[in-house]
Amino acid sequence: MDDILRVENVSFRYDDEDVLQHINFRIPKGAFVGLVGPNGSGKSTLLKCILRLLKPQTGQIFLFNTPIEQFKDWHKIGFVSQKANSFNTGFPATVYEVVASGLTGKLGLFRRLNKSDEKAVYEAIDAVGMSPFIHRNIGELSGGQQQRVFIARAIVSQPEFLILDEPTVGVDVHHVQNFYDMLERLNKQHHMTLLLVTHDIGTITEKVTHVACLNKHLHFHGSVQQFAQLKTEDVAAFYGHHLHLLTHDHA
Amino acid sequence: MLEALFQYEFLQNAFIVGILIGFIAPLLGVFIVVRRLSLIADALSHVTLAGIAASLLVQKKFLTFSTLNPIYIGMAFSVVGSLFIEKLRTVYKHYQELAIPIILSGGIGLSVIFISLADGFNTDLFSYLFGSVSAVSRTDVWAISIIFFIVLTVIFLFYKEWFILSFDEEYAQASGVKVKSLHFVFIVLVALVIAASMRIVGILLVSSLMTLPVAASIRMAKGFKQALWLSVIFGEFAVIVGLFLSYYLNLAPGGTIVLLAVCILIGAIMWKKWKRG
Repeated sequence: MDDILRVENVSFRYDDEDVLQHINFRIPKGAFVGLVGPNGSGKSTLLKCILRLLKPQTGQIFLFNTPIEQFKDWHKIGFVSQKANSFNTGFPATVYEVVASGLTGKLGLFRRLNKSDEKAVYEAIDAVGMSPFIHRNIGELSGGQQQRVFIARAIVSQPEFLILDEPTVGVDVHHVQNFYDMLERLNKQHHMTLLLVTHDIGTITEKVTHVACLNKHLHFHGSVQQFAQLKTEDVAAFYGHHLHLLTHDHA
Repeated sequence: MLEALFQYEFLQNAFIVGILIGFIAPLLGVFIVVRRLSLIADALSHVTLAGIAASLLVQKKFLTFSTLNPIYIGMAFSVVGSLFIEKLRTVYKHYQELAIPIILSGGIGLSVIFISLADGFNTDLFSYLFGSVSAVSRTDVWAISIIFFIVLTVIFLFYKEWFILSFDEEYAQASGVKVKSLHFVFIVLVALVIAASMRIVGILLVSSLMTLPVAASIRMAKGFKQALWLSVIFGEFAVIVGLFLSYYLNLAPGGTIVLLAVCILIGAIMWKKWKRG
């Protein structure tokens, strides 16, 4: 089985509030999965469980077919958090320093950046089109530029699996499209497996290969073609309100 | 003064200690400031005061301890205080800053009790509060040199982990960095540096040596490494010039050093304004 991620019967509760109930979910290698759900549906909680930041009360999570408790290769996973938009903007760090910090997990303790690591940093910055800003402080950049820097930080260690939590929050609308194009490139050209969490159901169906709908339970999980065949009422029922669903022809 | 510097051991001691803490206090201060923990230094300095007062009390009541250097008990109190702060921060997850006033007032409370048990304030304690050029002993120099090397070694070894921990704690955790143990080492070092710095600048002004040079440097610095170096340069300038001035003008060194650091800060703010036009 070539699964990058397998979530088996995971449930999570904060105090006495159920956030996730019996989630079963798998991501095959090379997929671009859009995980959608309304606010408060448990999307971020599920991500935190996958990243071992939270421990579910029941169930098992496997990364690269290894149970998460025994998983050590965290450098194979890149992470772009929603919080990247609310970091301390006064922090004195250049774009280079921020992106280089993405190698911390891969290098391990006591090791410093060598020439090839430095090259990887330059390449990652170039890949997101931020080379002209390499020695600028991160706080001086716009929200969209900062988010691109955080993508560079996530891809600098050349992860096989990239997880993004609402990465377009706070990014200008006309940059959002570029941003999704870049993700598509990472998926198709660099064969990176992607998990994109968003509450924006419409835009992503254009780019992703699979869709998962979460609202405490997993309501739907399948290919984007199957998702497009769902009735609007079904999606609205799970989402809790009516919405306009964009459908796209992937042929 | 250079002549006097060669002549008097106490002046040599003061300068050696000054140069050492002028380096490590702002260096560690950068990590404190960017993590928004500036007030922790204040809380810990007041706990150190309790340690000093306890030590002076023991010296006065039990003659066998009369040669005990108060800096050791001060350090012990500071480290214990730092552990309490960490514990309180996990107890009050949503009010993490609450740990600081709790520890700060606890420290002052204890100090006052110890001072009154010792039947009042003595001149020794005054030098700990505001710093003193003449009070630095050879044992202080040794203790502070050891702390200096420990701090430099740890920062050198864990630089990239501390950077990522300071910039984005959640990301650090997700990258597999051992956030808890690194933070623990960090807070213990802060406690040690505070105890080490109080000889020169005094307990009431210790935190300023960790924050003022940093406040000036982050106005000007491009990047984190530059912020570290600028903080050290500003810190050293304030300490060395401050010690000279306090010796010549017969002022308390703590106050002189801190006022110089304030002047540097004002300079940095004006420089930034001027540069922006």
